[in-house]
Amino acid sequence: MDAIRAEHLKKTFGSVSAVDDVHLSVKEGEIFGFLGPNGAGKTTTIRLLTGVLTPDAGTVQINGIDIHRHPLDAKMQMGVIPENSTVYGDLSAEQNLQLSGKMYGMPRALREKRINEILLRLGLSDKRRNLVRTFSKGMKQRVSIACAIIHRPHVLFLDEPTSGLDVQSRRLVIETIHDMNEQGSTIFLTTHNIEEANTLCQKVSIINKGKIVAQDSPERLKKMFDTTQSVEVSFDRTVTRDLFAMEGILRAEPCGDKWRLYTDNPDLVLKYLVGRAERESIGITSLSTSGPSLEEAFVQITECI
Amino acid sequence: MEVPLFLRGIVVITGKNMRLYYTKPPVLMFGLLFPLFMFFAFFVGRHLDLTTFFPAFLAMMLFFTASSVGPLITPWEKREKTYERLLSYPVTQDSIILGDVVAGAVFGIGISLLVWIASIFFVPVVVTNWGLFVLAFILGTLSCAALGALLASPASDSPPNVMILSNLIRFPLIFISGIFVPLQQMEGWALTLAYCSPLTYLVDLFNAAMSGRSVFSPLFDCTVLFVVSVVFIIVARVIQKRNMMKGM
Repeated sequence: MDAIRAEHLKKTFGSVSAVDDVHLSVKEGEIFGFLGPNGAGKTTTIRLLTGVLTPDAGTVQINGIDIHRHPLDAKMQMGVIPENSTVYGDLSAEQNLQLSGKMYGMPRALREKRINEILLRLGLSDKRRNLVRTFSKGMKQRVSIACAIIHRPHVLFLDEPTSGLDVQSRRLVIETIHDMNEQGSTIFLTTHNIEEANTLCQKVSIINKGKIVAQDSPERLKKMFDTTQSVEVSFDRTVTRDLFAMEGILRAEPCGDKWRLYTDNPDLVLKYLVGRAERESIGITSLSTSGPSLEEAFVQITECI
Repeated sequence: MEVPLFLRGIVVITGKNMRLYYTKPPVLMFGLLFPLFMFFAFFVGRHLDLTTFFPAFLAMMLFFTASSVGPLITPWEKREKTYERLLSYPVTQDSIILGDVVAGAVFGIGISLLVWIASIFFVPVVVTNWGLFVLAFILGTLSCAALGALLASPASDSPPNVMILSNLIRFPLIFISGIFVPLQQMEGWALTLAYCSPLTYLVDLFNAAMSGRSVFSPLFDCTVLFVVSVVFIIVARVIQKRNMMKGM
């Protein structure tokens, strides 16, 4: 049985078609990434899947329960972390979790136990009685995550969970996603951080202008849409783009203190770079190759629609 | 499974509303201070028979308190972006509306009872029919809280705008509902307007319960208050559903 199944999902706002005939199926225990540029329909889709919005047409099933026929039973199966941190600022971290636990009908003893566990796991134990409005963005996001996972949901929806977070908070969020997945939760994640989707997700779907334009594993998508590989190189002095004028280099882009060279034949480029550097007495400080990126595939897919 | 979940949602949302919104400045201002100011402005120092006017004052107190919480909650939650999380919990929009209504009703009953108890020491008020008195409290808070939930329905995430709208509707009502001028002394268009205000029937019901004198039969007053409560809740539900369809 699919943990999430959406068929013929449609939603329009006035004359704008935000979601157009979307089909999705997410298997139990999967980490599913939902990618798309800004305004592509990611948040509207997640709102339709979680029962926050009513679709104009189509059905959504969570663990086999139709969310629009049996919204309460379906919502009991899921935890949702909406975009932006949306917990009550006038309540403490602990009070927010108490409220969440009550919403899911957790008995008091179980609630207390889970609250202690989660606050400890998310590094909020010492701030449990502080009002959330005094928290940083990263801490608020951690409270938001804690509220969504307090009842150990079968399906966890996360809308841009790491957007705007510092490195520590981002790592903690990603670890929590892995933990939940290891404990059996299915994860549905929207993001426009391609690297995050690449490392986290077993399957990704790309939405553009309200339509699903690709759906597969990150590796297959990369192969399907782009065979280009890249070579990253940095030198001990500043060089100009002219250095990379050779037939095998399709494109050269400065990338911090490095250059990223896109090619179909990395071997040839490596040899060329080493030879050229020797001839011109330039020191190579780093040199590496990488396969086709999901980012490239994403750009190709969304640009060609 | 859905009915117990639905009822639990209402109870938890009511508790959350009571904890979060009873002490918000707009609720204290428009729910407590305003009716007291109105009392001082219109009843004190004017050599009025307070015993005669007390049922109307109690109705006004109940009207202001019970209808002051509802208009604040939804716009506040939309502005703070907690509304979306609330909808993602195992609750429906109906349980949210009813949770808001019950929170308003509990606030109205609590404050108005306190005012009534305190008044016993200063004004020789009597209750001639305790059954009607309790019914007036229950139906009065229900209808006023339902009005509060209805006033919160426009698609706005600005609490000040909704409070302004709610006061534009609530203030005229107290002048046309037999609070400052008894219904028996009204005539013409003023009387027609009075008949259109649900508050008129609450004032009349309190009069029937406390002094035994009323313009309409208590059964009629109760029926009107019950029907308007249901209508307010249904209209609030329709508007909020429409807002959600539009994504607001």
